[in-house]
Amino acid sequence: MTMKKKNDILSRLFGKEHRPQENKHNQPADADSGKSSDAGKGGGTGSVPGSDSGASGEAHYSDHNHNIAPDHTEDKYPRNGKDGKPEVDLSSGKYTKVWQGPNHPGVTGNMSLELTICGDEIVDAKTHVGYLHRGFEKLFERRLYMQVMPTCLRMCVPESDTNEYVFSEAVEELSGIEAPEKAKWLRMLVLEMSRLQMLLRVVPGQGGAFGLGIGVQWGMYVRELILDLFEELTGGRIYHMYMLPGGVRGDLPEGFRERAIKTMDEVYRFAQRIDDVMFNNSVFKKRATGTGYIDPSWVDRFGIVGPNARAAGYNRDVRKDHPYLLYDQLEWEVPVLEKSDVYTRARIRWMDMQVTADLIKQILNKIPEKGSFKAPTPNALNWRIPRGETYVKAEASRGEFGYYVVSDGSAYPRRITLRGPSYTHAIALLEKMLIRTNIADVGAIMVSLQTCPPEIER
Amino acid sequence: MSKLKDILSPFTAWNNLARDPVTIKDPINDRPGAARYRGFHQNDIEKCIGCGACESICETGAIRMVEVDEVETKEGDSGLRPEVDYGRCCFCALCVDICSTGSLTLSNEYIWVDEDPEAFTFVPGIDKKPWDNNQDGWKKPEPDYELNIKERVRMPEMQAEERENSFVEIVKGYSREQAIAEADRCIDCGLCQATCPAHMDIPDYIRAVREENLKEGFRIMYKTNPLPEVCGRICTHKCEDVCAMGHRGDPIAIRWLKRYIADSVDENEYQEALQQENPKDKDKSIAIVGAGPTGLSAAYYLALMGYSVKMFEAQPRAGGMMRYGIPEYRLPYNALDQDIDYILSLGVDIQYNTRVGKDITLDALHEKYDSVLVGTGLHAGKSTRIPGTDHEHVYQAVDLLREFSKGNEIPISEKIVIIGGGNVAMDITRTLARLQNQKYGQVNITTTSLETEDVMPADQEEIDEAREEKVNLKPGWGPQKIEIENNKIKGLHVQRCLSVFDENGRFNPQFDESQTDFFEGDMLIEAIGQGMDISYLSKSIRDGLDFTQRGRLVVNDYFQSKQEWLFIGGDIIQGPDVIHGIANGHKAARGIDMYLRGDLRYE
Repeated sequence: MTMKKKNDILSRLFGKEHRPQENKHNQPADADSGKSSDAGKGGGTGSVPGSDSGASGEAHYSDHNHNIAPDHTEDKYPRNGKDGKPEVDLSSGKYTKVWQGPNHPGVTGNMSLELTICGDEIVDAKTHVGYLHRGFEKLFERRLYMQVMPTCLRMCVPESDTNEYVFSEAVEELSGIEAPEKAKWLRMLVLEMSRLQMLLRVVPGQGGAFGLGIGVQWGMYVRELILDLFEELTGGRIYHMYMLPGGVRGDLPEGFRERAIKTMDEVYRFAQRIDDVMFNNSVFKKRATGTGYIDPSWVDRFGIVGPNARAAGYNRDVRKDHPYLLYDQLEWEVPVLEKSDVYTRARIRWMDMQVTADLIKQILNKIPEKGSFKAPTPNALNWRIPRGETYVKAEASRGEFGYYVVSDGSAYPRRITLRGPSYTHAIALLEKMLIRTNIADVGAIMVSLQTCPPEIER
Repeated sequence: MSKLKDILSPFTAWNNLARDPVTIKDPINDRPGAARYRGFHQNDIEKCIGCGACESICETGAIRMVEVDEVETKEGDSGLRPEVDYGRCCFCALCVDICSTGSLTLSNEYIWVDEDPEAFTFVPGIDKKPWDNNQDGWKKPEPDYELNIKERVRMPEMQAEERENSFVEIVKGYSREQAIAEADRCIDCGLCQATCPAHMDIPDYIRAVREENLKEGFRIMYKTNPLPEVCGRICTHKCEDVCAMGHRGDPIAIRWLKRYIADSVDENEYQEALQQENPKDKDKSIAIVGAGPTGLSAAYYLALMGYSVKMFEAQPRAGGMMRYGIPEYRLPYNALDQDIDYILSLGVDIQYNTRVGKDITLDALHEKYDSVLVGTGLHAGKSTRIPGTDHEHVYQAVDLLREFSKGNEIPISEKIVIIGGGNVAMDITRTLARLQNQKYGQVNITTTSLETEDVMPADQEEIDEAREEKVNLKPGWGPQKIEIENNKIKGLHVQRCLSVFDENGRFNPQFDESQTDFFEGDMLIEAIGQGMDISYLSKSIRDGLDFTQRGRLVVNDYFQSKQEWLFIGGDIIQGPDVIHGIANGHKAARGIDMYLRGDLRYE
């Protein structure tokens, strides 16, 4: 695609807001981030992760100097110990420990934050998981491959389809089966619909985290319309159980195409309205701008992916970087912004939402009328998958989401493990980001990272 | 930094005050599930066969197969029906997708309120529910959506031109990959095992194929059937008739999988594979009359139980109908011998060329042995008794097959007419076709039967293969008269047969006299069934036996006759086929054991 055409697509959707494509961070994830990152961007005086002084593993704890750090005197913050972590002297009377979660409106699921605060400012943060362990990965080892399907999607409730897809694709890859073309299109449709319904929750949800409830209701309404479409196509609203190894479980119902395209208009309309009440809202802007800054140099060190990386100037999207299914047949461009704060991340998702609606329309027009939607597969009760292992990834609304599947040649998986973006976003990254933020912003920062504890504890 | 716009813009939310609400006022009534919605279960009880595939696939363990009063267990129906526990069900509908008959579906109903938590465990279709007749909801997507392979793995076979003058076995046998692929199709329902006369543990030996544990499979087969090489080739496979996979596709090729296991064990590996201990002290002795499937099967189990077994066989070799009735291209003699040799190796003594009733009397056996088992089979061909059947060139199929198997010359003419629609008719037809090919270089055989092709008792594959071998099949004609000129057979006059059986299921053929035909031939063979020859039963013995009004011998469940020392089994009691014979032999062996221990009386 020519650059002009690329920019046409994005400018049609977002005017001049979209960041130009000549992106200095647009490089493979395994590149040495320390050298490529813009060390001066932080605007602070101290060391920057990845720079020479901060090359050790614990160095990020000494880095408290980024552009949103409030004014302070050095005495206010505990000094770092040898392990690079703040040494908090609780007997000094200056600090208080509070727990946020595991049940708290300000956390995004069942996990807990152990916060050490000084006044209303956080000086140390520890993330705790372990409240949600359901043992899915172990359960899989006692399930036939086909039986894994209805279980695996429960690992991430709000966006279950990505689980279905990566699992099915992994099984297909190991057993040398290819889903028919139509199934691939239908899978893309469902994946994008799934992304869309997720974004319809998170985009206004960012406002909700700051107390702006109104957009949430609107988003939920449009999301329900998407769920109606899901119900028609897959037979389920939340757990679709639509993709399975070999293909999908049904063709497009009659008239679905037209109804879905019409529903997309609601999405655009919602985008406009949320733009008015949330993104152009002085209170929201004040709370979100500059809050929860992610230094671009952290992106590779912390394995930051998806919108969180794209809001920090990284053009990173599995659909583009490692195209799967038939994504390379669609015309679209990945939105990238630079400011890397809560506002920007919400904005990126807002842009994603519209790009997704656009993709859904493209896909609907490209799904072939004829053809099979499932390849023949062996008896589901005796399906032994050849010995092997694979990692299959896809772009979830939160970023790269993958399954590592190991088969020992039997009818039961030897090991299936999920690597979701929240694994770092909600643990190591969150711990780092929370330091020197206000306790009132914790919830908003978690929402802006779109953390999902279920994918941490499988 | 805030602009005026940022202060005013949020107030656009007030626009909504002028809009209609989008909420549904009465969701219970106004919001039915989508046409494909996965709601509550429905089950068509008549269609369901209780195979339990739904239970096997259910990953939450929500489905349990239970006995229900409304359904009776019968062949091809386990009598069980799925009970669903909505405390566990996740509504994935994999149960629907894998259902072998398509009886299980989901309605699009999704609201069910009940005070009793137990109510949510129910048997769909049996426990009546308001959604039972709901047409919408999740049905198995058609047409090309399957969670199993519908087609069986094709058995490699000799092509018609290769086999038409050869007696080499037609069926070549599965390769390892083919056998495993076919075994993979099995859903382990066990309907086959219930139907098999010998109740062979079919699901387990299929599993052994899948797991490549063939010696284990071999041991499993020998538990209920000591003639697996034979059954793996010529069994009438009642199991396949009831196979759950047969409802929407091809049944599992159970017979070919059995053959695959049997063939995988070499003759000299039997002892090692079966690891059977043959008891040395044999204080009681049993005489077996007839070394066919019944006799051999009984001999095997009796020998292992520690009895001294002596068999008496009228023919020069053992096997009975398996050797003297079934052509070599279906059952090669080496396969048969492999099975028989192992049974004889257990110390079973056999006396050939001894016809009981002629060379030795049954009473003599009774005196000398503790118990006697008779399995003499049906070796006497039946005649149509139409005019002309007394001609010297009218033969009985069984007689020709026997003579040919013995290696004797049998008469073959250029044009042959055969009467019969069963497997024996096909056997003689195809045997003679080969011989005609060898002698005359062409086939000219007309095989006619009363039954039309759809109800012909012969296996469909036999019919198809006979056609491939250029036999002229004429089903649906009733023989009326043999045309004889100058003492030479000219052919057979036939009339169109309208029906074979009357309403009561009695043999009572009806003909349309206006439709006639004439099949030319200079030799005629009857293959319309066989009768038993029980002339060896002396009057004193016979008087002590029970017969039905139609002259059939009566025995109890263990094939014990009213003369309690005498057990009778095989084709003369049940069948006629090999597997019934084997099953009878096994059961009779247990009966004899019980009888000799004093635990069995004829009642």
